[in-house]
Amino acid sequence: MPISDLPGPTDAVHDARARHWRRTRGLTAALLLVWFVVGFVVTWFARDLDFPFFGWPFSFWVAAQGGIILFVVLNAVYARRMARHDRRLADDASASR
Amino acid sequence: MSIRTQTFAPARSRRQPRGPAFSRRLHWIYLAFGVAFLLFVGVMALLEHLGLPRRWIGFLFLVGPIVFYAGIGILSRTTDPAEYYVAGRRVPALYNGMATGADWMSAASFIGMAGTLYLSGYGGLAYILGWTGGFCLVALLIAPYLRKFGGYTIPDFLAARYDGNLTRVIGVVAAIACSFLYVVAQIYGVGLITSRITGVEFEVGVFLGLGGILVCSFLGGMRAVTWTQVAQYIVLLVAFVVPVAWLSLKQHASVVPQATYGYQLQKVIASEKTIQADPAERQVIEIFKARAAAYDARLVDIPAALAVERRGAARRIADLKAANAPQGDIQAAERVLARLPHDVDEAREAWTRARDADLERAKPLAGMPPHAQQFAGDPHGDAAARKAFDDSRRNFIALVFCLMVGTASLPHVLTRFYTTPSVAETRTSVAWSLLFIVLLYLTAPALAVLVKVEVFDSLVGMRFDQLPAWINNWTHVDGSLLQVADVNGDGILQLGEMKIGGDIVVLATPEIAGLPYVISGLVAAGGLAAALSTADGLLLTIANALSHDLWFSIVDPRASATRRVTVSKVLLLMVALGAAYVTAQKPGDILLLVSAAFSIAASAFFPALVMGVFWRRANRWGAAAGMVGGLGLTLYYVLVNQPGVRETFGIATPIQLWGGIQPIAAGLFGVPAGFAVLVAVSLLTPPPSRAALAMVDDVRLP
Repeated sequence: MPISDLPGPTDAVHDARARHWRRTRGLTAALLLVWFVVGFVVTWFARDLDFPFFGWPFSFWVAAQGGIILFVVLNAVYARRMARHDRRLADDASASR
Repeated sequence: MSIRTQTFAPARSRRQPRGPAFSRRLHWIYLAFGVAFLLFVGVMALLEHLGLPRRWIGFLFLVGPIVFYAGIGILSRTTDPAEYYVAGRRVPALYNGMATGADWMSAASFIGMAGTLYLSGYGGLAYILGWTGGFCLVALLIAPYLRKFGGYTIPDFLAARYDGNLTRVIGVVAAIACSFLYVVAQIYGVGLITSRITGVEFEVGVFLGLGGILVCSFLGGMRAVTWTQVAQYIVLLVAFVVPVAWLSLKQHASVVPQATYGYQLQKVIASEKTIQADPAERQVIEIFKARAAAYDARLVDIPAALAVERRGAARRIADLKAANAPQGDIQAAERVLARLPHDVDEAREAWTRARDADLERAKPLAGMPPHAQQFAGDPHGDAAARKAFDDSRRNFIALVFCLMVGTASLPHVLTRFYTTPSVAETRTSVAWSLLFIVLLYLTAPALAVLVKVEVFDSLVGMRFDQLPAWINNWTHVDGSLLQVADVNGDGILQLGEMKIGGDIVVLATPEIAGLPYVISGLVAAGGLAAALSTADGLLLTIANALSHDLWFSIVDPRASATRRVTVSKVLLLMVALGAAYVTAQKPGDILLLVSAAFSIAASAFFPALVMGVFWRRANRWGAAAGMVGGLGLTLYYVLVNQPGVRETFGIATPIQLWGGIQPIAAGLFGVPAGFAVLVAVSLLTPPPSRAALAMVDDVRLP
């Protein structure tokens, strides 16, 4: 049953939901920061980050491999951590009933 | 909430399988499909060995998979709205990831991207970064919330969040605008591949491909499209990775070129230096410069130059006739005369174009930048070099931004995330999607480098009479893909004497690697799978925007469920025929417009979708104004600055680039403008309704 359909948003449930949304935003902001640094900051300084890295110039490697692999990891981390947050919300909500 | 319950109350069909048992069954089905596909390739290889003509092999590679997709389409036929619009919301995360991968990877990703990387080196990596980074935005800001809302289309979400049909209609217009441009390009790709491989006319190829698209989407809607897309993903991945691994094995004894091509890149960098220092290459460049100068001289006094040309051609015909030359030679000379420009305007246009083409070929390394060099110009050089560097870096970043935000706004991709069973599975599903996309995107830059090694180290410097057979084959297929001519007459191929179109990099890889023809057929099947799967998703999005969002939500809300699906199917057919008709006209600048589709989608949808979840105060008027404002600014920038569009609409005002940003990245202005207008207008108008606020709170919970 979706958590939002639970009867009666008591204060405790309300707080649990607010905490969940805070955690969601925090995680989103943190991951967006990583995304921004890899996608834009490293790219902006690409010409300076030119040192060799297993044959590739480093910034070439980031754009062709490192960055996009990190994007996959970032998505996986988000899915896992959010699943944990969801469980905590469900626990909080059922404990307060 | 009322809008939501009213529209999406279809009883969940209990008979349909779901859950872990369903996933296990899918594992077996698609494992069997994979094995069957490999067997099919094996049988084809055997038939080739036994002497079946190439044409037949190519034909079978196009028809075999399409018959299979059609089988899935027929098995998945449905009249149930939840099945038709969102595949019953029971697609497991892993399979939705594969389907999204196929939905996402178009003909441009499959055929075009490696070519772009070959031609522009680091510059092409903007597409790799942008098209993958966009999925982070999908996962973090959009997909889970859309899934929690649980509608059928993107305009559904806009209508529920922003109190009514105003934003829905704007959303429908924007969704159709960007999807239609995109689907025309896909059908174009289908026509191209079909006509190349089977030798039918392009127009016939378009309509044959259309049949392949329709058998998937017409009968079963999203349900059929989903299950064919999974199969198409398997085909396109195998078709892309196998030839590259094989080429790599032959070239530097590694079957995972993705891990080892750094060293091949070093070879390319070394060869670039040798080629730039080669006197013969310089000679070729001088010849092209001289040709451009000759056109410049003609352009000074066009009428006089035209008269000289005409006299010369006429004299040659007279000479040939007098010398009793063979009829063929005389006809050829007459054709030359007939092809001369008819008037001054035509001559100016033709000669300017010819001069620019020669100037283009007079650049070092055949106009390609050094492969690993980040951005053009030089930050420590003179003023011009510094400006070139700044412009190039700014445009690269702007393009990455637009492709990322555009990816997170394309309706046909976002709709896929309505089809998973839960919010948690949607999140996992985005991660799977990106993983499946990255498998191909890691390979494309490797392929570009491997082909470059092949061209720089083997081809360049070869004698013309010893060139490999594939060069001859492809110059005959299409001059825009490959041209070689001994410009300086030394009998040896210089890099400057070769003109390459990007698409050839993927299409000719099997031949470059000296692989059997069966692999060429495999590549064609993969390209076709990529184009078909994307076209399916796009057509469904357009047809559903018309039927579900316009017809049933606004015109006829009381239509029965079966009637809805029937009308959707009829509209789908009409949209498909319309798109095929437009494609058959071969619109010239369509590929440029497709790149603009990302900016259009980004500025129309992204601010309204994101603020709808993350800012409760965002209201109907703010969203509507933000969508129109952002979209308007993007369209204005493209209209004023894109050469092809300017020509079409006869715009004569001078090109005004803001900060040197190219029109392809117009979203760089449109997206922030959309956000700003949305916030300003929302704050100036009353807050959203209680229903809208309740919806925001609801989608924020898992």
